[in-house]
Amino acid sequence: MAVCIAVIAKENYPLYIRSTPTENELRFHYMVHTSLDVVDEKISAMGKALVDQRELYLGLLYPTEDYKVYGYVTNSKVKFVMVVDSSNTALRDNEIRSMFRKLHNSYTDVMCNPFYNPGDRIQSSGSVSLSRAFDNMVTSMMIQVC
Amino acid sequence: MMSKNDGEIRFGNPTELHGTKVQIPYLTTEKNSFKRMDDEDKQETQSPTMSPLASPPSSPPHYQRVSLSHGYSKLRSSAEQMHPAPYEARQPLVQPEGSSSGGPGTKPLRHQASLIRSFSVERELQDNSSYPDEPWRITEEQREYYVNQFRSLQPDPSSFISGSVAKNFFTKSKLSIPELSYIWELSDADCDGALTLPEFCAAFHLIVARKNGYPLPEGLPPTLQPEYLQAAFPKPKWDCQLFDSYSESLPANQQPRDLNRMEKTSVKDMADLPVPTQDVTSDDKQALKSTINEALSKDVSEDPATKSGLLPPPPALPPRPCPSQSEQVSEAELLPQLSRAPSQAAESSPAKKDVPYSQPPSKPIRRKFRPENQATENQEPSTAASGPASAATMKPHPTVQKQSSKQKKAIQTAIRKNKEANAVLARLNSELQQQLKEVHQERIALENQLEQLRPVTVL
Repeated sequence: MAVCIAVIAKENYPLYIRSTPTENELRFHYMVHTSLDVVDEKISAMGKALVDQRELYLGLLYPTEDYKVYGYVTNSKVKFVMVVDSSNTALRDNEIRSMFRKLHNSYTDVMCNPFYNPGDRIQSSGSVSLSRAFDNMVTSMMIQVC
Repeated sequence: MMSKNDGEIRFGNPTELHGTKVQIPYLTTEKNSFKRMDDEDKQETQSPTMSPLASPPSSPPHYQRVSLSHGYSKLRSSAEQMHPAPYEARQPLVQPEGSSSGGPGTKPLRHQASLIRSFSVERELQDNSSYPDEPWRITEEQREYYVNQFRSLQPDPSSFISGSVAKNFFTKSKLSIPELSYIWELSDADCDGALTLPEFCAAFHLIVARKNGYPLPEGLPPTLQPEYLQAAFPKPKWDCQLFDSYSESLPANQQPRDLNRMEKTSVKDMADLPVPTQDVTSDDKQALKSTINEALSKDVSEDPATKSGLLPPPPALPPRPCPSQSEQVSEAELLPQLSRAPSQAAESSPAKKDVPYSQPPSKPIRRKFRPENQATENQEPSTAASGPASAATMKPHPTVQKQSSKQKKAIQTAIRKNKEANAVLARLNSELQQQLKEVHQERIALENQLEQLRPVTVL
C-alpha cells in the first residue's frame, strides 16, 4: 500500500501527486522531488543502450528508515514515483510492479481523452473530474491492504 | 427561446431557418450543405456541423406526423440561432422520457409541454427498456439525429471518430472542458481515444442532458452502454427507415449497429439524391439485392451492394425506392452526409428501402416523412453527384444551381473521402499504439521474470 503516489512530467514538474493526508504531505513532496535525481541517474545509466532495452520499472530508488521509494518511467519520460511504508514488509517487488503497471494503464487512459492536453495537471476541477478513473485507481492503491 | 423553438418545431419558419444559417458560420464550415439548407428546409443532413447546438428531432412529437426531416431542420435552425440555449430544443427530448417515466425531477421546460407530452407518449409506446433511468435513454429520433451527426463526421458508420475530431465537435456545445473531458471518460468505454457509433451516441446524449441541466452521472448509465445501444434499436421498427446510409460499411459490420444506422439514416437517406457511390462494388450490389427481401440485419452486407447498383445507372429515382435501389443508395447517403458523402449512404439506402417496402411499413409516419426527404434530398444529391436521375425525379430544382453545386459536391466528395481515410489511419494509429503499450507490458513481465532468475537486481 502506497502512502504517496506522484506522476512527474518529462520536464520534471508534477502532473499528479497525492499522499495519505495523515502525514505531513510536504515531506512526501520533498521525498518525491529528491527521488527525481535518482531516477535520472538510473535512466542515464541504462540509457546507453537503446531506449527499447531500457526497462520501465526502476525498482527501489532509495530507502529511508521509514519509507521506501520506488520508481517507474515510461517511454515518454513520464515518471511515476511511489512511496511505501517500510513497515509493509509483505509488499513484494512483483506487487510494486503490478501497481506501476496499473498506474501506467490509467495514465494511458487519461492520455486517450482528447480533452486532456499533455502536460496539464491531472486533477479534479470542481464537481467534474478530469480524471475520475485515475483518481479512483490511485485511491484504491493507497487504501488497499498490502 | 423555448417558445421560439416551439414555433419552429411546429412548422419551422423558413425565414428563421435561413436566418439562422447565416449566424452560425462555424457550424457550416465542415459541411457545405448549409447552402443547400436554404433550398431545402427539410434537409436534415445539412446541419451536422451544428449538431451540438441543434436539438435532436426527437423533441417534437408531431414531427413524426409531419416529417422528421422537417422537424430536424427546423430544430436545427432554431438551435443555430440560439447559441445561448442550444439545447433547449432538446429539452423536450429529455423531458418526454422523464415525464413518461415520471422520472427524475421534470424540468421546468414545460412550455413545450404539449409537444413533449405527445412526444413522450409516443416514446413511451416505443420504449421497451426496463431501465429506470429515463433521461439516459436514447429515443429513436434522438438516435437518428446522433447517427446523422456521426455520419457528418465519419461517413463510415462502422468506423471511429478520432479524438481530435470529436473534440472539436463537442467543443461546439459550449460545455466546459472538464465536463467534456468527464463525458468523454464516461462514454469512451474502451479508452482508445476514438468514438464508435454507440460511444458517440452516448457522449452526445450526455452532452444534451448536461445542457438541459441534468447533472452528469457518476458512471455510464446502463442505457448508454455501447452493448445496450447496439442492441436497443432493433430494426423492425425502422422498416421504413432502412435506407441506411451505410454504404461504405464493410459487410463485416456488426449487424445490430447497422440496423440502427439503417433505421436512422434510412429515412433521410431515402430522400437522398441518387449520388452514385464510387466505392460501390458489384459484389456488394448483388449482396444487397439478395438481402433486400431479408431481415434488416442483412442490410449491412447489402449496403455495399447497393452502392454498386447505384453507380452504374443514375436512373431517375422514384420517391419509392422499391423499384430502384440506386435511388435508395443515393438518398441514404446524401441525407446524412450533407451531399458530400458519396455512395456509402446511397448504398445503404437502396438496400434499406427495398427491405422496408417489402415489409409492411410499421410506421406510416416515417413513410410520409420519407417522400419529403426524398424530395428535398434529391435536389441535393443530384447536384452533388451529378445524378441526373435523381434530379429528374426529385423536386424541380434550378438547373443552374445544380450544376454549380455538382462541382462543389465533387470536391466535397473528394474531401470526404480524404477525411475518411484520415480517420481510418488515425484509428489505426491509436490501435497500434495500444498494441505497442501491450507489448511493452509483456516485455516488462518477461523482464520481471528474468530478474527473478537473476541474482542481481536492478538496485
